[in-house]
Amino acid sequence: MADIAENTAPKAAKMQISDEVAISIENMNKWYGTFHVLRDIDLTVYRGERIVICGPSGSGKSTLIRCINALEEHQKGRIEVDGTVLSSDLKNIDKIRSEVGMCFQHFNLFPHLTILENCTLAPIWVRKTPKKEAEATAMHFLEKVKIPDQANKYPGQLSGGQQQRVAIARSLCMKPRVMLFDEPTSALDPEMIKEVLDTMIELAEEGMTMLCVTHEMGFARQVANRVIFMDEGQIVEQNEPEAFFNNPQSPRTQLFLSQILGH
Amino acid sequence: MSDTHAQSVAYVRETAIPPAPAPVNAAGPVKWMRDNLFATWANALLTVAALYVLYLILASTLPWIFGGLWTTSSLAECREILQGKSAACFSVLSERWNQLLFGFKYPSELYWRPGIAFVLLFIAFAPVLFFDLPRKLLILTALYPFVAYWLIWGGSILIPIMALAGFVGGYVVYSKLVTRNFAAGFFGGIAAAAVIWIIGDYIVGALASDTPWLTPVPSRDLGGFMLNLMLGVTCVSLSIPLGIALALGRQSSMPLIKWICVVFIEFIRGVPLITLLFVASVMLAYFFPPEATVDLFLRVVIMITMFSSAYIAEVIRGGLAALPKGQYEAGDSLGLDYAQSMRLIILPQALKISIPGIVNIAVGLFKDTTLVSVISMFDLVGMIRGPILASTDWNGVYWELLGFAALLFFVVCYGISQYSQWLERRLATDHR
Repeated sequence: MADIAENTAPKAAKMQISDEVAISIENMNKWYGTFHVLRDIDLTVYRGERIVICGPSGSGKSTLIRCINALEEHQKGRIEVDGTVLSSDLKNIDKIRSEVGMCFQHFNLFPHLTILENCTLAPIWVRKTPKKEAEATAMHFLEKVKIPDQANKYPGQLSGGQQQRVAIARSLCMKPRVMLFDEPTSALDPEMIKEVLDTMIELAEEGMTMLCVTHEMGFARQVANRVIFMDEGQIVEQNEPEAFFNNPQSPRTQLFLSQILGH
Repeated sequence: MSDTHAQSVAYVRETAIPPAPAPVNAAGPVKWMRDNLFATWANALLTVAALYVLYLILASTLPWIFGGLWTTSSLAECREILQGKSAACFSVLSERWNQLLFGFKYPSELYWRPGIAFVLLFIAFAPVLFFDLPRKLLILTALYPFVAYWLIWGGSILIPIMALAGFVGGYVVYSKLVTRNFAAGFFGGIAAAAVIWIIGDYIVGALASDTPWLTPVPSRDLGGFMLNLMLGVTCVSLSIPLGIALALGRQSSMPLIKWICVVFIEFIRGVPLITLLFVASVMLAYFFPPEATVDLFLRVVIMITMFSSAYIAEVIRGGLAALPKGQYEAGDSLGLDYAQSMRLIILPQALKISIPGIVNIAVGLFKDTTLVSVISMFDLVGMIRGPILASTDWNGVYWELLGFAALLFFVVCYGISQYSQWLERRLATDHR
């Protein structure tokens, strides 16, 4: 991935970040039973920011972004997304979820629906968009992720990379203000990783606010404007990618980077 | 064929080989037989033995069936004609077919009414079973229960109309209120339906004429295979939605609902159906107010429906458990609410997985409707065991009667099974 990073690195600089807050997390804590998964998380994401979260497995990075759209419940602290405070009120949760797109490691497309139906389902039922309009939007985003010709196939007929791109298109159809990516390339072959990353890079260049849990360090260097390193449920270090990779401060970060970049 | 280049390593084909048929012993029925019937000597021996057994069975049953008598008027007459030869006495079927199909009390001049109801059944179920048909046809399905009720039981047409009005009114109120609050819509709808039914009861009492268009037939006059079909169709159609509700309730995060569903399912599954039927026939009356006379047919329908819905709920729970957690999360992350994600994402997949199990229970339930013969309802088996075998004319005709019953049930159950296999193929989109 390093070569991609070098070729297109200047583009990242052009992307604009506003000072409008998209997500603010204050003093957030989460427990699974007695196990303290997330400890005193403080994080402010500005509109247009691309944040990459990395860390060893079990460090709570997936749990963190899953708390943002309430797939996981937090027990303490405050999460505010786009001006809406996350509470246990179901209406509130559904509102936040419809503004926040999410892509999963295993795509989670609906296997009983065609690609097009996967993309139009939520706009039609949640946003009450007329069917024709929803289909036009869906085709627009399917073209964007470069698979409009698969629209009438079922997810099972597509390759992993194609499925993940459909999953991205499905989220985009809801016109989300923030996109969350939970290890979107971890279940893919190397060739397919590139096609998904390219789609994500394109999305970043258009100014989408993104939070990515990923181990693709090339992607982090190229696209992210902030890299967060987590371990044992805490944010250990965060910095701009250049400084983060070239001059990590904490010994835990240094160890992690030497492990994953060592070969 | 040219052999100019046959000896050189580099090779260029100059003439095309035309396609030719495979040798006779490498294709077609000969090869199939050699592969499948006579592959080894042990295999060949088994084939011959199997053919011999088949011959023995057919040699004794076919003459029995084809030599059968259709026109005598009693078993004694059959025996006189046959004079010791072994042959069937199908006359019992040709003489008593109406009792076997409709029971012995249903007025014979009214057989056309259940007949029409039976034909309409196919029209009503077509849009449910074959969902490629236009969705508007579902209106026929919704109207069918009321039409069928009127045709079979007869009486004032106001009764089914008022019943229908209650459902429509309840639905209208529900859809008005549900946008604000589900509970308000749900209970409002039930209240509205109840009000319409109570008013309707008075209207029917006041307006019903003494000579309705269709002569009323009381429930106790129903019988024969018609009764089995009515019980089977009604109970299956009611127990699938109830089973879905129970399965979802069992997964609910609300402890009260979950607890009620678990107790209901575990209790009903732990009790034999026959016990429930006795409760329906004898004891259920204790639970209703003394002046209320709840129809025996309705009581049996309630019991069989409860019984099979508990089983269906467990089958569907298996389907729900088989879905990856990611499907729930994907639905949630798109902002779908609980009802939407269940209806659009979870249930279509869970039900598809559950089809074999649900069909298994539906077939079992249909055959279990013969158990009502023990609470003195004269269904097909009840008719055979009771009035027909007890008559002096036909006492002793077992094979023909029970064979006929088996054939009728087999036709229906095999049909259900074939439909379910078609449905599974039709719904296969996973391309595994």
